[in-house]
Amino acid sequence: MQIDLRTVSIQPLRNTFDHLARRFGDKPASRYQEGSYDIQAAENLHYKPTWDPDQDLYDTKITKIVMKDWYALKDPRQFYYSTYTLARARQQDTTEANFAFVESRGLADMLPPALRDTALNVLVPLRHAAWGANQNNTLICGYGYGAVFTQPCIYHAMDNLGIAQYLSRLGLLLGDTEALDAGKAAWLDDPVWQALRRYVEDTLVLRDPFEAFVAQNVALDGLLYPLVYGRIVDDFLSAQGASAVAMLTQFMTDWFDETKKWVDAVLKVAAAESDDNRAVLQDWIAAWSARAASALLPVAEIALGANADAAVGEELAGFRARIQKTGITI
Amino acid sequence: MDMKVAKKKLGLKEKYRLMTRDLGWEPSYRTKDEVFPYVKYEGIKVHDWDKWEDPFRLTMDAYWKYQAEKERKFYAIIDAHAQNNGHLNITDGRYLSALKVFLQAISPGEYAAHKGFSRVGREFPGVGTQVACQMQAIDEIRHAQTQIHALSNYNKYYNGFHAFADARDRMWYNTVARSFFDDAMSAGPFEFMIAIGFSFEYVLTNLLFVPFMSGAAYNGDMATVTFGFSAQSDEARHMTLGLECIKFMLEQDPDNLPIVQGWLDKWFWRGFRVLGLVSTMMDYMLPKRVMSWREAWEIYGVENGGALFKDLARYGIRPPKGWDDAEKSIDHMSHQFMLGLYQWSFGTSLHSWIPSDEDMDWLSAKYPTTFDKYYRPRWDHIRKLAAEGKQFKNFGLAKLCQTCQLPVVFTEPDDPTMSCHRETSYKGEKYHFCSDGCQHVFENEPEKYVQAWLPMPALFREFEGDVGAWMDWVSLRDGQDNGDYVGSIDQRNFEQWRGLATSNT
Repeated sequence: MQIDLRTVSIQPLRNTFDHLARRFGDKPASRYQEGSYDIQAAENLHYKPTWDPDQDLYDTKITKIVMKDWYALKDPRQFYYSTYTLARARQQDTTEANFAFVESRGLADMLPPALRDTALNVLVPLRHAAWGANQNNTLICGYGYGAVFTQPCIYHAMDNLGIAQYLSRLGLLLGDTEALDAGKAAWLDDPVWQALRRYVEDTLVLRDPFEAFVAQNVALDGLLYPLVYGRIVDDFLSAQGASAVAMLTQFMTDWFDETKKWVDAVLKVAAAESDDNRAVLQDWIAAWSARAASALLPVAEIALGANADAAVGEELAGFRARIQKTGITI
Repeated sequence: MDMKVAKKKLGLKEKYRLMTRDLGWEPSYRTKDEVFPYVKYEGIKVHDWDKWEDPFRLTMDAYWKYQAEKERKFYAIIDAHAQNNGHLNITDGRYLSALKVFLQAISPGEYAAHKGFSRVGREFPGVGTQVACQMQAIDEIRHAQTQIHALSNYNKYYNGFHAFADARDRMWYNTVARSFFDDAMSAGPFEFMIAIGFSFEYVLTNLLFVPFMSGAAYNGDMATVTFGFSAQSDEARHMTLGLECIKFMLEQDPDNLPIVQGWLDKWFWRGFRVLGLVSTMMDYMLPKRVMSWREAWEIYGVENGGALFKDLARYGIRPPKGWDDAEKSIDHMSHQFMLGLYQWSFGTSLHSWIPSDEDMDWLSAKYPTTFDKYYRPRWDHIRKLAAEGKQFKNFGLAKLCQTCQLPVVFTEPDDPTMSCHRETSYKGEKYHFCSDGCQHVFENEPEKYVQAWLPMPALFREFEGDVGAWMDWVSLRDGQDNGDYVGSIDQRNFEQWRGLATSNT
C-alpha cells in the first residue's frame, strides 16, 4: 500500500537557471549540470595575464583543438565534486581493506623474494611517473577551457597523486624505505627507466592543454595501465603466486577501467567536431603512443624478459583498436 | 614467521614527506626553467623549496574519506531543505538579497580561485607547495558547486537568482568581485598566493565567511548555513596555507620583503573594497542581525588582523598602507553602499529598501557618531519622496573607480561631508578613483588597469543609453528582479506562501 504524506504544496516560479534552460530546455537541471556548465567566466575578462600577455585569462586559442562549444566535452560519469569524492571514498575503503588483509596475514613476507623484487622494481619507480601525471592534469585543469572539460582533470590529478601514494605504501610494505630509495635511484639513473623519464619530462613542458591530455591520459596511461597492472601484476605475478600484489594495485586497475570511459568520450567528441581536430589528434596520438610504447618496453622486460616485446606489441594493437572506436585511426 | 624483520617506524612528518615531496625529482632532460616558466619573473627569490613547511598533512586516502563524509551530510540536509520548503523558514524575504549577492559575486569567485590554485599548483617548483595548492584547487570547486546547489532551490521560488552566470560577466556591481579575481589570476604565482591565499583567505575571510554564514544561521537559512559548516574545515586548511606561504617567501630572502609588502598593501585595499558589500549585508540586509559591521571589524579586523601583523613584524612587515583609511571608513561604508544600491535599484538583480524606524534606531545605536548625523536625514528624505509616490532613482551615470570598479560613492577619510574623488592622467587619458588606495594600486601597474572593462561606459557605447536593451543583455527582468522590496513579487510570494505554511487560511 502506498502512503502519501501531505505537504504544503506551492508552485515554483521556474525550473532552473537561465543558462541551463538555454542549453537543456526549461526543466529541472541535474546537479552535474548546475555545477559544471557555464560556471567559468566567459566575457569581459578584465586584464591580460602578466605571465603571458599574449594569452587571455581563459583562452581557447592556446590549444590546436578548436571547439565551437567547449562544454560539449561531457564527462559520461557526470562527476562533480560530490559524486567524485563519494566514488573514491568507496574505493579507498576497499584499498584500505586490501592493505590490511595483506599486512595482517603477513602475505608480503610470504612472497617469493624474486617475485617481490620484480614487483618492487616495476612498481616503485612508477610513483614518479604518477607524479608527472599529476602535474599534467593539474595544468590541463588550470589552463584548459570550460569546467566540463577541466573539472575531471583536477579529479584525475588528485587520483594520480593518490596512486603515487598507494605505490609508495606498497613500496614501504614490501621493501621499507630502502625500496623507495632504490626506486627513485632507478628512475633517475637506471637505463631501464630513462626513456620513460624523458617522455614524462617532455610532457612537462607542453603548454597546449589538449596535447598534454593526449600525451598523458590517452597515450602514456592508455598503454602503461593495461601493461603494468593488467599483464604484469594481475596476470604474470598472480599466476606465480604473488596475488597479494594484485590486491595492493586493485585501485589502479579499477581506476583505469573507469577513467578511460571519460578519456574516450572526450576524444570522440573532439574528433567528431571537425576534420582538422581529427587530424591533429591523430598526429598527436600516433607520435606520443609510439614513444610511450618504446619507453615502456624496457620496463616490461623487468618482469616479462624476452616476452616483453610481444606483450607491448599486443597492448599497442589493443590501444589502436580502442582509439579506433573514438573515430581516430592511427 | 618470527624471522619477520620489524619495519622502521616512520614519524608522521617523514611519512608525509615520502608520500609527497619525495615523489618529485630534478629534471635532467629538460631544464627547470622550461618546466616552471613563470616562477622567476616576479622577482621573488627562493633558495630552497625544501624549507617549505607543510601546512597540513593530508594524504589522498584520508582526504577522500573525510570529504565524502562531509558531502553526504551536506546533500542530505539540502535535499531535506528543498523537500520541506525550507525557504519558508527564513526570517523575512528581504534576507534573500544577501543570497543573491552571494551567488552572483562570490560563488563565481570560488570557481576563479579553483582555476587559480590549479595554475599555481602546477607552477611552483616545490612538491609540498604544489600539493597544498592542488588540494585548495579541488576544495574551491567544491565550494562553488555546493553554493550553487544550496541556492538552486531558492532560484525556483524567487527572482534575482536565475541569471547569475550572465550577471557574473555583465552586471555592473559584479565587476567589483570579478575584476578582483581577474586581477589575482592575471598576476604571477607568488602574487596570486598573497592575493587569494593570504589576503583574501587569511586576513579577510573572517569578515566575509563568518558574517555570511552566521547571518544564514540567524535568519533560518538551513541550506546556506549547512554549506558554511561543511566548508569550515576546508577554510581552516586554506588559512594555514596562506600563512605558510607568506612566511616562506619572507624567510627565503630579505629581498622578498619589499615585494611582498607592496602586494599586501595592494591586496588589503582591493579586498577591503570587495568587502564593502558585506558591510551592507550585515547592517541592512539581514532581518535578524548578527552584529554590526563595526563590531565585526573590531573583532576580525582590528583584533585578529592586529595580532597577525604583530606576528609578521619580526619579518619587517608593517600593517597594510590603507589600514588607517579603512578604519576611518568603517562607520560610513555600509550606509553609503545601501544608499547607492537603493538609488540604482532599477539596475540591480536584487531588491533594496528603505530601512524601517526600528532598523534606523538599531543603526543609530550601532553607529552613534555617524548614522543620525549623516545618513538618517538622507533616508528620511527618500522616505518622504516614497510616501509621495516618487521612488528616489538616480538615472545618472555613476562614475566608476578604474581600480575597484565601485561607483565613486565614498567620502573623504577625514571629512564625511566631502565626497572623495581622485583622478590621474596616463598616456593622455584621464582615470577616476574612489580613494587614495585605489589610485596607488593603479599607479603601480597602470598598464594593467587601463585594460579594465568598465560596465557603465560600455552601457553607453553598446546600447546608447537604452536601459531596456541593457536589461535584456544582463538578463535582468524589469519589475521582477529589481527595485524596492516593498511591493515586489518576492515579497508578495514569500508572504503568501508563508501564510499557507503557518496558518489555516
